[in-house]
Amino acid sequence: MSRYTSATDADRREMLDAIGVGSLDEIFESEIPEEVRLRRPLDLPPGMAEQDVNDHLGKLAARNTHCDDEVSFLGAGMYDHYVPALIDSIITRSEFLTPYTPYQPEISQGGLQVMFEFQTAISELTGLPVSNASMYEGPSSVASAGYLAKLETKRRRFVISRGVHPHSRETLATYAAGFGSEVVETPLDDAGATDVEALAAAVDDDTAAVFVQQPNFLGTVEDLGPLVEAGKCTGALVVCAADPLPLGILEPPGSFGVDVCVGEGQSLGNRLDFGGPSFGFFAAQERYIRKMPGRIAGETVDAEGRRGFVLTLQTREQHIRREKATHNICTSQALNALAGVIYLSWLGKRGVVELAELMLRRTHYARETLGLERINPGPVVREFAVRVPDLDGLFARARDAGINPGYRLGRDYPEYEDGLLVAITERRTKTQIDQLAALCTKGSDPLSVGDSRGLTP
Amino acid sequence: MAEESYPPELKYHPEHDWARIDGDEATFGITWYAQDALGEVVFYDPPEVGTTVTANESYAEVESVKAVSDVFAPLSGEVIEVNQALADTPERINDDPYGEGWLVKVRLSDSAEVETLLDVEAYRKLLTA
Amino acid sequence: MSEAVGATRTIYERSREGRRAFAPPVLDVPDVPVADLLPKGAIRRTPAELPEVSEPEIVRHYNTLSKKNFDLDTGFYPLGSCTMKHNPKLHERVAALPGHARLHPLQDPERAQGALELMWRLQGALGEIAGLPHVSLQPSAGSHGELAGLLLTRAYHEDRGQERHKVLTPDTAHGTNPATVTMAGYEVVKVGTAPDGGVDVDDLREKATEDVACLMLTNPNTLGLFDRNIREIASIVHGVGGTLYYDGANLNAVMGISRPGDMGFDIVHFNLHKTFTQPHGGGGPGSGPIAVSDRIEPFLPRPQIVRREGSNGSADAWFDLDHERPKSIGRLRGFHGNFGVFVRSYAYICSLGADGLREASEMAVLNANYLKALLGREGIAEHLPLAFDRHCMHEFVLSGTGAKEKLGIKTLDIAKRLLDHEVHPPTVYFPLLVDEALMIEPTETEPKERLDHFAAAVRAILEEAAEDPEVARHAPYSTPVRRLDEAGAAKRPVVRQPVP
Repeated sequence: MSRYTSATDADRREMLDAIGVGSLDEIFESEIPEEVRLRRPLDLPPGMAEQDVNDHLGKLAARNTHCDDEVSFLGAGMYDHYVPALIDSIITRSEFLTPYTPYQPEISQGGLQVMFEFQTAISELTGLPVSNASMYEGPSSVASAGYLAKLETKRRRFVISRGVHPHSRETLATYAAGFGSEVVETPLDDAGATDVEALAAAVDDDTAAVFVQQPNFLGTVEDLGPLVEAGKCTGALVVCAADPLPLGILEPPGSFGVDVCVGEGQSLGNRLDFGGPSFGFFAAQERYIRKMPGRIAGETVDAEGRRGFVLTLQTREQHIRREKATHNICTSQALNALAGVIYLSWLGKRGVVELAELMLRRTHYARETLGLERINPGPVVREFAVRVPDLDGLFARARDAGINPGYRLGRDYPEYEDGLLVAITERRTKTQIDQLAALCTKGSDPLSVGDSRGLTP
Repeated sequence: MAEESYPPELKYHPEHDWARIDGDEATFGITWYAQDALGEVVFYDPPEVGTTVTANESYAEVESVKAVSDVFAPLSGEVIEVNQALADTPERINDDPYGEGWLVKVRLSDSAEVETLLDVEAYRKLLTA
Repeated sequence: MSEAVGATRTIYERSREGRRAFAPPVLDVPDVPVADLLPKGAIRRTPAELPEVSEPEIVRHYNTLSKKNFDLDTGFYPLGSCTMKHNPKLHERVAALPGHARLHPLQDPERAQGALELMWRLQGALGEIAGLPHVSLQPSAGSHGELAGLLLTRAYHEDRGQERHKVLTPDTAHGTNPATVTMAGYEVVKVGTAPDGGVDVDDLREKATEDVACLMLTNPNTLGLFDRNIREIASIVHGVGGTLYYDGANLNAVMGISRPGDMGFDIVHFNLHKTFTQPHGGGGPGSGPIAVSDRIEPFLPRPQIVRREGSNGSADAWFDLDHERPKSIGRLRGFHGNFGVFVRSYAYICSLGADGLREASEMAVLNANYLKALLGREGIAEHLPLAFDRHCMHEFVLSGTGAKEKLGIKTLDIAKRLLDHEVHPPTVYFPLLVDEALMIEPTETEPKERLDHFAAAVRAILEEAAEDPEVARHAPYSTPVRRLDEAGAAKRPVVRQPVP
């Protein structure tokens, strides 16, 4: 008996008696043909005591260099933000951590109300009236928006700016290969923003959707108005992938008339976790409410007039609509979305502005102070891209100083082979930025290295 | 909800739709059996006026909370009117499936098709089978 | 409770202007005006109406909400095909280690060796359990794994110069299967179920043409029955060149007992949030890794976690992300997948080991057959007859038609009345093949007395209904809310707090 099961020998005897068999093997013999029975133990190590598992996992974890071990300017879709302690204390509660999907609403009012509050917060940030209760993460949400556009328009092309995250572009292409759509990428201009003319030229009568990102992958604040216009003129849907925190101070995609806004939610109260789990969000204009993927919580009343919440518009979903469903998604990321709405409540109406303004000013300071050639010289928030003459040299010096300078752009953007993407969050202080700047000049000043664990105020 | 009934003056389709013939026009809807199986209707998305409907093919969907049902055209023709009131009060389909719950009015393209429909006795027989 | 602190106030309704929980760090860089840094048209004109609340009220709000949820740590959840087994508490601790939680996904592989090794070992374990050696951890849920499987199938056929249009699914399939078929650009063809509950092999033979790309199956199926013809089924599908896909939702029945690879499957997905104890979180996160056969391996998503021998400055093996995969279908999502879920599932596999995993499946099957026997006794069986009279595996399906005819209560009413007995109801109205279905999966982590209690609760509900069916029809009574108007919510959807 393992520590998670309870059947004693006495229990087993009683249970087998009740079933009417002499042994469990009788059941397997009768039900499973011999030719598919595994007649040897699984080739896996034996089970371990809890303390040994604990130690083993601890040793594995210790071999990772994480964001408390070094000052990290890595971004590119996931960010080292401060996650307040109240989030952990709430999301580790059994009543949020362990229940199933709220298909029995009478005993799931907590989870359903959380979804409703989350949907509201996303709607507010994106400026679009309807939001679902989460998707898996950012890039697959972009692909899912493409699927909605394909079903809606019955057209077969997608036009996507290279300003959209490389993982999103690749994921869209993977999904599109299934349902038979073509993906066309359009370039960035010399200022690291989406080339509007190139985008407009690529859009035709067979374009189901046009995709842009705000801020774009390089951190450029895109001028959404002309981009949306370029997309809409032939009746294509416009999908904007957005980074939620900068939306505190950026005019939201909804105001520009985009059809769908999706994005990566990790920066809203979720851990880095080596890339997941986090959540994706999916918000849209009202007319798409019955076409959207994923779960949606709605407000209603019970038999005694009490306010309550239920999963609504379920006929869109796979368990009812099956092959005609708007999407195949079932399990999404409810717990991570809970962390997201707690975080947004913690930041609050003013905090989301203050945090974004802080990131904006620090980004500006970082770009100025680094003094390197700008790939995207226009307005940027939270990230920016620069050319570094000797990237290997910088990374070697930085490693010794306990700093991770950022993301090398070369693999995803051959046009920026010597490019570095630097991410700034509220955790990156002036002192740390100054340290990075010192490293960027040839050689390093030993006096500026400071505390490599980033604890220098 | 309405009492079970199948008006004798109507024609019936085996997929639980009815037709009320009026010269070269007809009104379509779903039968009491269909609305009972569906449960409370929450949404009906009508076809546009001017659309062609083809006998035995689906021309719209009716949704309840837990199910979606195709609505089949008993006869072929062109949609000349749709019941817009159902957008606000789709439950009329349950309360009055043959009256206020009508779905579309159609100008028939082939009156001969009427012969293929079931009369009320044949439809009732089908239900008890 | 008064309006101001009432239980159903939303966080927005608790907001009061000026309250705050967050204080930004002190500005240590020049205070440049926003208008100097952003073009006018890009600056937000109307602030997002997020709540203004202090920390104590946020904590109270969400704590109070949590208490309106039933949960697995509190009680029994016999949801068929969901495998609601205990979530070991060690897992939260190891998942929260900074080396896991604070690790950026784009950290250099050489500085994330612990994480990559964990993923590589998890891949190996899953591959051994499935009997298929090549694993990708990327898909984020079962549905995502299903999509991966069909995209892999498509790539496989296209690589061989073949264009196929159909995918077969049994009529007992979970809704995600046909929904995925459509998303992957295929047409669904349904295969019937035989009287013994397995696939109708004659129907399959007729429908398995060279236009069929794949057959998607669960084994045991959603009726909880092991398909004894599985090798013949595999042979029919492979005979026309199709792939065989295993929906791993029911893997909990067969770990260490039978392996999908040995049954003939080409592609398997796992539900780490079912079989491998990732907490359900009220609807995720989950994870849906896949394991595939040799012929499908070239098309696996990119990047793959690989183990490389020597070099890199040392003689030791090390772990890397392999992007050089020319035939790969590409990415299904960003980064590497739900790593936090991998940590928990890996800890589970380490804890149980070979014997423990096998024992888990054995106990799952024992518990299910025992509960089935209890519910097969007089007083229950005539109202809730068994849909298929065979030994079940880890779950079984009853039909509520007896109760409907004899007592005038439906499966829905029984489910709602069970809430008053402080257990979660089973899965209801699925699979569609069975009228008034109740799909029951106790899992291996329930002790015998909980199964006894559940059976007693069902008996009590039926006896009560024989006296007065109205009680169940208006249940539940003791839950935070009574039955809710779902029709109203669908007719006039209100999906957010109105703008103030």
